[in-house]
Amino acid sequence: MARSHVTTTLNGVETEYLCEPRQSLLEVLRDELGLTGTKEGCSNGNCGACAVLLDGRVVNSCCVLGVEAEGAEVTTIEGIGNADKLHPLQRAFLEEAALQCGVCTPGFIVSAKALLDAEPDADEHRVRWWLAGNLCRCTGYDKIVRAVLKASAQMQEA
Amino acid sequence: MENFDYLAPRSLTEAYAALGSGRTSLMLAGGTDVIVQLREGRKQCDQLIDLKHIPELMSYGFAADGTLEIGAAVPLAQLYEDPEVRRRQPALCDAATIIGGTAIQSRATLGGNLCNASPAADSSPALIALGALLVIGSDRGTGEVPVEAFFAGPGRSSLQPGEILLQVRIPALGAREGAYYHRFIPRNEMDIAVASAGVRIGLDESDRIVSARVALGAVAATPLFVPSAAEALIGQPATRETFEKAGAAAAAAATPITDMRGSAAQRKHLVSVLTVRALERALERIREAR
Ligand SMILES: Cc1cc2nc3c(=O)[nH]c(=O)nc-3n(C[C@H](O)[C@H](O)[C@H](O)COP(=O)(O)OP(=O)(O)OC[C@H]3O[C@@H](n4cnc5c(N)ncnc54)[C@H](O)[C@@H]3O)c2cc1C
Ligand code: FES
Ligand code: FES
Repeated sequence: MARSHVTTTLNGVETEYLCEPRQSLLEVLRDELGLTGTKEGCSNGNCGACAVLLDGRVVNSCCVLGVEAEGAEVTTIEGIGNADKLHPLQRAFLEEAALQCGVCTPGFIVSAKALLDAEPDADEHRVRWWLAGNLCRCTGYDKIVRAVLKASAQMQEA
Repeated sequence: MENFDYLAPRSLTEAYAALGSGRTSLMLAGGTDVIVQLREGRKQCDQLIDLKHIPELMSYGFAADGTLEIGAAVPLAQLYEDPEVRRRQPALCDAATIIGGTAIQSRATLGGNLCNASPAADSSPALIALGALLVIGSDRGTGEVPVEAFFAGPGRSSLQPGEILLQVRIPALGAREGAYYHRFIPRNEMDIAVASAGVRIGLDESDRIVSARVALGAVAATPLFVPSAAEALIGQPATRETFEKAGAAAAAAATPITDMRGSAAQRKHLVSVLTVRALERALERIREAR
């Protein structure tokens, strides 16, 4: 099967890759490009572990094909912060102990970033509603929601 | 996942040509149903035709007469984020805001929700209640069907090979008209309807009901249009007593099954309650708009 040639802007850098049409964006990110920060939980759209930003909107990368990213801007957890320069959300997740196994964490942070970019002062109800598509099976949601609200407050002060 | 070719036609002409190639085709809109179905082997195709590069399918707007015309591949989030759409068609947003979560709504479309033809799909009863029409195109031309005539069975629409759903047309609500859609699910969000109800009513100056449409989800093999519930409403005063008669008519029309989400008896009860409450909320919307 012929592989398709795709050009995207990935975490701000123009990136080209080859993929089969059946490969999800999640598979391309992890298996072709080695960006393993994006996680696979369910591969059917239900858990949000695979969330990335596609042209600024949060999507589940298991429900997007790699070929669909042609010409698009993709932001993964690797593009949001790194060990040297943590994003306020990442710092707040650590401080609030909002993770245990961590498989859900990249998805929560990517999704929460999309919310705070659009609505910097989102309240608790809004945060809970927005994150309803992200599932966590270890930590429970209170700590996660607290971390997002803390990051939101810090980002607004800054 | 079995492999397939991916095509991204830039025009309807190109898309119709691809559909006429003799290979088995599936359409790709937001992909939130079809990508999962392909991965799980529930569907197969030789070629997947991405509709998102066809300008007509990606735009929406209000026509001169107030009709909201929505391209079949416009993402739900784009619709409900528009304050004008929320103000003029709140019942559409009732459905669009509960289909999956944020990440689903970034991609999912009305076209995909309708063509996937789930009896429990949320947009279908809302659009039937709103009296929406669907514009269907093929290389032979275009035609319109009311949403209630679009479904053939669970997972089956009335689309014929070579046809594409192009547009959803929702007629404007008048000053004394209101609509509402909701569903019952066991949790607060992110679940599939156990039962659902959509309504649209119009009142005269003395609050007598002069027009009504009622539709139900997840209680029959297809989304269900219920003219008998409308008959119980038209000509009557907009009171709880009248609404309860419509609820009883809705329950009588429902032919639900028992499955893991709920029993047939529970679903019949639910549609009666959901219909009454939807009517009350549609009435509130008319009063708030005054
Ligand atoms: C986690 C999760 C939660 C969900 N929750 C809900 C929910 O609460 N309520 C609900 O109703 N649904 C829900 N869904 C199902 C799905 O998201 C919706 O049905 C959605 O609207 C499908 O739209 P889409 O654009 O993604 O469709 P796609 O997957 O792109 O397409 C669906 C089907 O329609 C066909 N198709 C699409 N567009 C056209 C067209 N214009 N002409 C002809 N054929 C076409 C495709 O070939 C395919 O067979 C959920 C799905 C997931 C993964
Ligand atoms: S892995 Fe994509 S939503 Fe679960
Ligand atoms: S920390 Fe393990 S799933 Fe959330």
